[in-house]
Amino acid sequence: MPVQPLNEKENLLSSAPEQSATSTQPRITSAAEVIAALGDRLVDSFHKDDLWLRVRTDAWKSSRRTLRDTLGFHYFCFLSAIDWMPSPFGRGEDDPTEPTPVRDTTIRSGYAGGDTRMQVFARVMNPVTHVGVIVKVDVDDTHPSLESLHDVYAGANWHERETHEMFGITFDGHPDLRNMYLPMDFEGHPLRKDFPLLARMIKPWPGIVDVEPLPGGGAEESADES
Amino acid sequence: MSLTDRLLGDRQRLAYIASQAADSRLNVELETEGMTLNIGPQHPATHGTLRIIARLDGEQVVWAEPSCGYMHRGYEKLAEVRTYPQVTSLVNRIDWLGSFANEVPFILAAEKLMGVEAPARSQHIRTILFELSRIANVSLFLGDLGVQMGAITPVFFAFRDREYVLNLIEGATGGRFHPNFDRIGGLKDDLPKGWIAETKAVMKKLRTFCDQIDDLLFGNEIFQARMRGIGVIPRDVALQYGLSGANLRASGVDWDLRRDQSLPMAWDKADWKVWTHPDGDSFARCWVRLQETRESTKIVDQLLDTIPSGPIMAKVPKIIKVPEGEAWVSTENPLGEMGYYVVSRGELGPFRVKIRSASFNNMSVAPWALRGVYVPDIVTILASLYFILGDIDR
Repeated sequence: MPVQPLNEKENLLSSAPEQSATSTQPRITSAAEVIAALGDRLVDSFHKDDLWLRVRTDAWKSSRRTLRDTLGFHYFCFLSAIDWMPSPFGRGEDDPTEPTPVRDTTIRSGYAGGDTRMQVFARVMNPVTHVGVIVKVDVDDTHPSLESLHDVYAGANWHERETHEMFGITFDGHPDLRNMYLPMDFEGHPLRKDFPLLARMIKPWPGIVDVEPLPGGGAEESADES
Repeated sequence: MSLTDRLLGDRQRLAYIASQAADSRLNVELETEGMTLNIGPQHPATHGTLRIIARLDGEQVVWAEPSCGYMHRGYEKLAEVRTYPQVTSLVNRIDWLGSFANEVPFILAAEKLMGVEAPARSQHIRTILFELSRIANVSLFLGDLGVQMGAITPVFFAFRDREYVLNLIEGATGGRFHPNFDRIGGLKDDLPKGWIAETKAVMKKLRTFCDQIDDLLFGNEIFQARMRGIGVIPRDVALQYGLSGANLRASGVDWDLRRDQSLPMAWDKADWKVWTHPDGDSFARCWVRLQETRESTKIVDQLLDTIPSGPIMAKVPKIIKVPEGEAWVSTENPLGEMGYYVVSRGELGPFRVKIRSASFNNMSVAPWALRGVYVPDIVTILASLYFILGDIDR
């Protein structure tokens, strides 16, 4: 059977795939432009191969509106949160017969800094220039809450539901903060670092029982080049 | 009042509003009343266990809401207690139809943090396997599409031809569904002898398969009647909801992360085309996927001719410790944009992994897209949005 493209055979495509409608949208060229547009709403920024921004908590929604309307970040990629406190349970590899070791749980933030234990971060992209930015924001430790983005980006709806369920961060103005995955009467917020991974607590990880030294390696620290 | 009570209240309130909306549109003469239709969790259109609650007025949907969580496995939490090489076996299971493609962005993110780049040979082989998993994934979609509308034949064609691709993946990696073949710094193994010639033969078969599906389905009147103009998602809505992959391209957005990003992969070494469609309806989404499969076979064919020689692993330590930092890498997976936000603290395992899966965003548009459609169209719209449950729930 000869290979025939669909659009020639049936003439189903009414017009050629359009690419011109996007040209009227604003373009961004540099990190400096983004930083200038946000002005004093920006707390900190970090530029490596991506651009990280940290905005003031009260300017979360307004800064996102600016990013969308002025700089053309129309594409909503994702929204989530990070708990910066290292887990008191480590990697869940403690020997259950020994007393639990005391771990350093000092909070240390990542790129673009931070003052609180938890941060919400989201990524948006410009569909024309394919430039993306990651925007972070601090949330209060005792009453973690933030403005909802669902009327700036409709796609934030489900992401905020997930973040609320997993981190216990409330989004003011969100229409429907039901759990996505867990039962409604589930207690605790699983992705917070102080929430233990129960599977590891019940049955210890088999790796801790018989740790074999690597051939020619010896201790774990001697990670020599192979 | 506890938080749970308040939210349960919200849920009841929402259901109440929906039922009111249904009731307010009732035909007074016929004295009809709204009803709630429950689709799933076990329904062929759901590719797993998704439940959809739809409030109906006669044949029309007033309000529909997918209910997820029947397959939530908590990979983001599990990744925090595993080492970097162990995470690939987890993320394999997110989109189980194209599992090699799930490993790649995670490995690329770890390599980005470590400052390692895989050798050219393994970049090429990675890209070939990536495209093979796309073909395996999308060919099943094309067959399954017919089943949703009562056409049984295409699915047999799809399963027959996907088998060839799975055999190729098995031949190279040892695993049909969960290869776990990608390593930080390269690949586990080189290609077996005779694999290249065999792959070329299979790509020819797959192009024939695309033509057959084109004839059987896309030229079919019933198919067109049920797909054209149904479930239209305009460009702006698609962008706001973060739709990606073929769903976004079908709404007229010229967007393909394989072309628009510079990743250490070999897509730029091949000559291929990004297909878009201006309509944004169910037909457009399926049509773009069909064209994409054709393009994938072309990419594989071209890359097979130009595999460079050399090592397949870069120099990496035996015990992998990733330096402190944060990285975001996403690739154009069979379902759309799949990305990992990896936060490292210089330890054996990641501090936090945010998995951005394509189906989660693609499904979040469903309440919007299903409003006002007729009941039989629910199935075709969901099928054309193409989601995999593991990819929604993670």
